[in-house]
Amino acid sequence: MRYTHRARGRTYAFSSLVEVLGRASPLRSGDVLAGSAAESGAERAAAQWVLADVPLTTFLEEPVVPYEDDEVTRLILDGHDALAFAPLRHLTVGGLREWLLATAAGPGAAAALAAAAPGLTPEMGAAVSKLMRNQELIAVGAATEVVTGFRSTIGLAGRLATRLQPNHPTDDPAGVAAAVLDGLLLGCGDAVIGINPASDNPETVARLLRLLDEVRRRYEIPTQSCVLTHVTTTIDLIAAGEPVDLVFQSIAGTQAANAGFGVDLAVLAEGRDAALSLGRGEVGEQVMYFETGQGSALSAGAHHGTGGLPVDQQTLEARAYAVARAFDPFLVNTVVGFIGPEYLYDGKQIIRAGLEDHFCGKLLGVPMGVDVCYTNHAEADSDDTDTLLTLLTAAGCSFIIAVPGSDDVMLGYQSTSFHDALYARRISGKRPAPEFEAWLDRVGLLADDGGIRPVDPALSVLRELV
Amino acid sequence: MSDFWAALRAHTPARIGQQRFGEAPGTRERLEFVTAHAAARDAVHEPLDVSALVADLASIPGLAAPVVVASAAPDRATYLTRPDLGRRLRDPLPSAEPGADLVVVLADGLSATAVQRHAHGVLRALRPLLPGTRWAPPVIATQARVALGDHVAAAWRARMALVLVGERPGLTTADSLGAYLTWAPHPGTPDSARNCVSNIHPPHGLDHETAARTIASLVHGARQLRATGIALKEGRLELG
Repeated sequence: MRYTHRARGRTYAFSSLVEVLGRASPLRSGDVLAGSAAESGAERAAAQWVLADVPLTTFLEEPVVPYEDDEVTRLILDGHDALAFAPLRHLTVGGLREWLLATAAGPGAAAALAAAAPGLTPEMGAAVSKLMRNQELIAVGAATEVVTGFRSTIGLAGRLATRLQPNHPTDDPAGVAAAVLDGLLLGCGDAVIGINPASDNPETVARLLRLLDEVRRRYEIPTQSCVLTHVTTTIDLIAAGEPVDLVFQSIAGTQAANAGFGVDLAVLAEGRDAALSLGRGEVGEQVMYFETGQGSALSAGAHHGTGGLPVDQQTLEARAYAVARAFDPFLVNTVVGFIGPEYLYDGKQIIRAGLEDHFCGKLLGVPMGVDVCYTNHAEADSDDTDTLLTLLTAAGCSFIIAVPGSDDVMLGYQSTSFHDALYARRISGKRPAPEFEAWLDRVGLLADDGGIRPVDPALSVLRELV
Repeated sequence: MSDFWAALRAHTPARIGQQRFGEAPGTRERLEFVTAHAAARDAVHEPLDVSALVADLASIPGLAAPVVVASAAPDRATYLTRPDLGRRLRDPLPSAEPGADLVVVLADGLSATAVQRHAHGVLRALRPLLPGTRWAPPVIATQARVALGDHVAAAWRARMALVLVGERPGLTTADSLGAYLTWAPHPGTPDSARNCVSNIHPPHGLDHETAARTIASLVHGARQLRATGIALKEGRLELG
């Protein structure tokens, strides 16, 4: 065995890098299901000792998913920036942890971390996260800065943006508009106004796109809209002349899992080109919006790596961010508690995963937001989402999801609410995206203290939106 | 202010227009949320009343008597943490005449209530919309996930599987039914090869007749295309 560790009279042996990564992962149900998890806390600790000594260069030599089988691996290795990696090349995973924490606490942290990002592979990011406490994931996450733009600017220091998510069980325009109004009156929607349609019918999607575009233009709101349908549908709608701002797609960290979503790298590039051809951005030209989530590869049976071994779900999730960054995205978010208890069992596992995902995304230079959420078959409740929301606010999360009263009446899960966004901004002193904040001021919603003024909707200029 | 939002609530079951005390909703809204969460968690564990469902299906003209099966997940707790077991049959299927056009699987999924309330209504509306279709006997499956339909269809060599499954209970809706259509189903079929009609739960969600029309149009489209999934987009084929 190449990887062994001896502790308290017992030798722990691991057959490969894939196995070390899996055994070193903090406990979660999806890894138990996949068979990648450690069998005991002692084995997990031993694997972490082993992982700490793995040189970073090993990740360039030993792909966790074979190069010849998987276009995501090829993307990662062919696109690796050796120059950016050079200052880190001598480090082990344990050394990277110390470098990150020291760098994050030092002067010029954001620039130093941004310079390192192209030299880091997702597997390196995932590996180092496994050696880090929640506090450390927050500290390094908070030191990163990933700024993107379309009509608003996302990711600036001191800002926390929101996706206003006005979903409706039958895509009813009046119902969607009512939720949009509620969200705007509560200062939400600066990252995107984004609808998950209940139907994939292209005509329904087009109708929702037109509705959001009309609201945005009528009130001159510096934000962008998105109807989260399959990339191929969006490409067709762009060709048909529909008002598409952002191209959405769910993505994952293996070629096979992406095939399960019905996409590959080529179709993502096609979607990006189509949106760029419209030239609708005003402060930036980033046009892609991706969602991810730990467990998606396992859910599709597409989680096997080198040697046929199951790869842990957090490493595969980090690989999804490598897919995202190849398309210069405007927004990326993990939907961390959505997938269910078979992948993240309870509040503790969801909280940990949310912090890992945010850290790994930002480390790789991805504009990371988080859908802080849970389903009703998981062992979690609103106390857990409050905790994760508060931690992510401290960690500098770029944006969160906001739905009326935390209740997504179409998808049947609980995310953060408009009120939650105001709470997170108030306790942290963070503000909306600058362009959106100026708009809130113009329409009389911005209070002197930077918060959102309570207004009578019947008297607001926005009331005719419904 | 309350009148303003009350009028809008006619258009959406969403929790719009909540009060603000500081940045938090009111006490009543807080406790309504807690109550709804408790009810949704209970709904996950509600068992399917199989004999009542069998009786409901018996009243649909022309539908064969259902075959009742169980997944390999022995109980709800296992079902929740072992998706692999919920996708497989516990026992081999009884034999049926092979080569039907369509097999319908009624799977409890995460909401038995949804299947109990809406599955027979959808099927009753769907049957007359698919003349000339050879239906296999419907299958009622407990502790079952969508992919269990692949095993059923493969065993009976059916060309298409329609799985009517209880979707995860939300705070506002605990009886939402999803319908998944798969062409040439086989174990290991990826989700991108299915089409889904979700949120079937009148009065707030899709009604049974609308859902049935959408499903029927997908079935027609699947026959033309000899495929389901992202290549098949509802509405597109009728235009051509």
